[in-house]
Amino acid sequence: MNLSSPRSVSRRDAVKWILGAAATVSALDFEAFGLPGLPTGIGTDPNLHKKIIPWERILTAEEMKTVTALCDVIIPADERSPSASAVGVPDFVNEWVSAPYPQQVGDREAIRAGLAWIEKESAARFNKSFSELAEAEKQQICDDICSAARAKPEHKKGAEFFSRMRNLVAGGFYTTPEGWKDLGYIGNTPMAEFKGPPPEVLKHLGLA
Amino acid sequence: MPLITPSKTQPSYDVIIVGSGAGGGMAAYVLARQGVKILMLEAGRNYEPEIETPMFETPKDAPLRGAATPDKHFGFFDATVDGGWTVPNEPYVVKKEGQWTEASDWGALSTTQNFMWWRPRMLGGRTNHWGRIALRMGPYDFKPKSRDGLGLDWPIGYDDLAPFYDKTEAVVGVWGSNEGLENTPNSSPGVLQPPPAPRGYELLTQKTCKPLGIPVIPSHQAILTKPINGRSACFYATDCGRGCSIKANFQSTTVLLPPALETGNLDIITDAMVHEVTIDKSGRATGVHYVDKKSGMQMHAKARVVVLAASGCESARILLNSKSALFPNGLGNGSGKVGRYLMDSVGTSLSGQIPILENCPPHNEDGASAMHMYMPWWKYQEQLAGKLGFARGYHIEFGGGRRMPGMNNPAPDNLTGGSYGKKFKEDARRYYGSFIGFAGRGEMIPNDDSFCELDPDKKDKWGIPVLRFHWKWSDHETKQAAHMQRTFVDIIEGMGGKVAGKPEFDGAKAIMAGGTIIHEVGTTCMGDNPRDSVLNQWSQSWEVKNLFVTDGGPFASNADKNPTLSIMALAWRSSEYLADELRKGNIG
Repeated sequence: MNLSSPRSVSRRDAVKWILGAAATVSALDFEAFGLPGLPTGIGTDPNLHKKIIPWERILTAEEMKTVTALCDVIIPADERSPSASAVGVPDFVNEWVSAPYPQQVGDREAIRAGLAWIEKESAARFNKSFSELAEAEKQQICDDICSAARAKPEHKKGAEFFSRMRNLVAGGFYTTPEGWKDLGYIGNTPMAEFKGPPPEVLKHLGLA
Repeated sequence: MPLITPSKTQPSYDVIIVGSGAGGGMAAYVLARQGVKILMLEAGRNYEPEIETPMFETPKDAPLRGAATPDKHFGFFDATVDGGWTVPNEPYVVKKEGQWTEASDWGALSTTQNFMWWRPRMLGGRTNHWGRIALRMGPYDFKPKSRDGLGLDWPIGYDDLAPFYDKTEAVVGVWGSNEGLENTPNSSPGVLQPPPAPRGYELLTQKTCKPLGIPVIPSHQAILTKPINGRSACFYATDCGRGCSIKANFQSTTVLLPPALETGNLDIITDAMVHEVTIDKSGRATGVHYVDKKSGMQMHAKARVVVLAASGCESARILLNSKSALFPNGLGNGSGKVGRYLMDSVGTSLSGQIPILENCPPHNEDGASAMHMYMPWWKYQEQLAGKLGFARGYHIEFGGGRRMPGMNNPAPDNLTGGSYGKKFKEDARRYYGSFIGFAGRGEMIPNDDSFCELDPDKKDKWGIPVLRFHWKWSDHETKQAAHMQRTFVDIIEGMGGKVAGKPEFDGAKAIMAGGTIIHEVGTTCMGDNPRDSVLNQWSQSWEVKNLFVTDGGPFASNADKNPTLSIMALAWRSSEYLADELRKGNIG
């Protein structure tokens, strides 16, 4: 959950809207994980100009192959933007699930279990590793787990994993310059004046 | 910030100020400029926004894309040092599932604690990251008991504070407009800065709210749209919650402390944890005991006057810990009201997905990061006539649109039906920017069951007894929260949108835990007599004439107006009185 996004209201609410509205990365119950100040975390007074990741990345090379393949199944390249793996999202997934905080530890367990399940499924259905499957084969597995609402009972756990993975990959991808460009986010740049919406936006909103 | 160390202090000062945030910063600003010699003691570390603020860093520049963690509760870039809902080495005690327990939750949205207490440990305190919403209390807000029979009246009225609101707004730099709405005061001509243009979704909300009878007007924000006093105007990028290196928004550290230091009348010591006000045989304050956190040494500083501005609850804690034969229940606590009438704001929120916002032409919607518009309370008359079933009002804050994408999924599963691949990318483009969130901030009436006191057992790292919190919402607050939810549904549906998730019409479930809104006021309330209040109208202790409190503690009510601006205006008024009394030789 990014609590530091530009804030029209308060951070508190931003979080809640993200939780409620935009299906965040594993909307786990924070409260269960209320353990402050873990020693290997970023600390309560980090240098905000430096990105220092104090923990080791723990996914194995095999797991990373599966993560990379999944990243690109979820966000492949198209005419507008590159694939998730082309902008470093697999490494971000590793950074995330390796973090020592309770929420991330929870994600780690769920995602490692999910990766193992995907591999088992690939082997059972196609006798290959997931990353070696043809696109149509990957989709055959992912179609079974892409929707929690539609998933069969035996795929409910898989669907939970896929949703969590999709949220992580989306969060990782849409925070890159390429992701911003894809969405049409063009802020974070100084302006002498804020002029409000241009005419085409007013028209779009029926306010012109 | 040029600071001194404990060994460099003067033998004595006119005034010791405990805390460097809104109340302490303003007291220092006013007193130093009047020639009063001040020692300011701040429990946290030095903090320099000009150097430390991450102005253009993006989520990608942060660990975990800037996500909230148990180390940084509001995210990596939030301008909070060594603090949040928990502070290392400084526990507090809350009730959780019926048991007294040390507070440990850091997720305010899912907490089962009865109270959440936000504290930073840095120069400037919470002013470094606050929401910059700077609303004046109105005439009704000072006399609520006279109006509806509930709660407490202030010993002052709006007219007493109005000149200080003007002065405060001019120094702080507040944008807004004068709309002349009921109990929503105008500022004097020329005081407010011009508000920025509204964003698209704000105009859409305004249009939707018109037939609902809800006014949508420019917010009042402590952010410059025109340069003043060597501070730049906002350049409409970077979240205010990170602080501001160009000083466009208000922080005590950029706006109040530098000019106070320039007078040569202010010494500041950081990492100084004050825990007791000392007195002489006659019961006058003589100074404070503090722990120099760097050395762990017990220190004492002397002054003619002590001003507490450590935050409502922390100041109450210091008073309760200042026990003596003369003041067995804590200093200045003859009324028994220290720690009592603790208030926060009622808070609940709801968001909606608004189809007309989908696929909006890309445009820069960052603006001043804060909301440009808001909805003041609009049902004063219906409420007074008893038609609402709850006594006090709320305002609505809202935000959304094409904000900087952070660590979240722009195309939630429930909207996409679980898409992935190229379809998911199309969905993300479609849904990004199509959400608006609404948050109510409402008045809480002080009650006998919401207060802080010293925990009988627990102590912090330095052996100082800590606070424990009692909390109870009344029906007025929970019904108000339910009303907020209904209003949000009306607005969202009025826009043709869909509520994301489910509205909560059970107010007791909708309302957030006490303290969550971080509008901590009322623990040393002012009044018109020493039996029922801790302070007089000048925020001066009834019993100890050279003791003042200038944080949120003096509040006798907690209107829906976010308290920081009023804390500063009150601190200014009290400080002028204090300087005058010092000159006359009446105190100290």
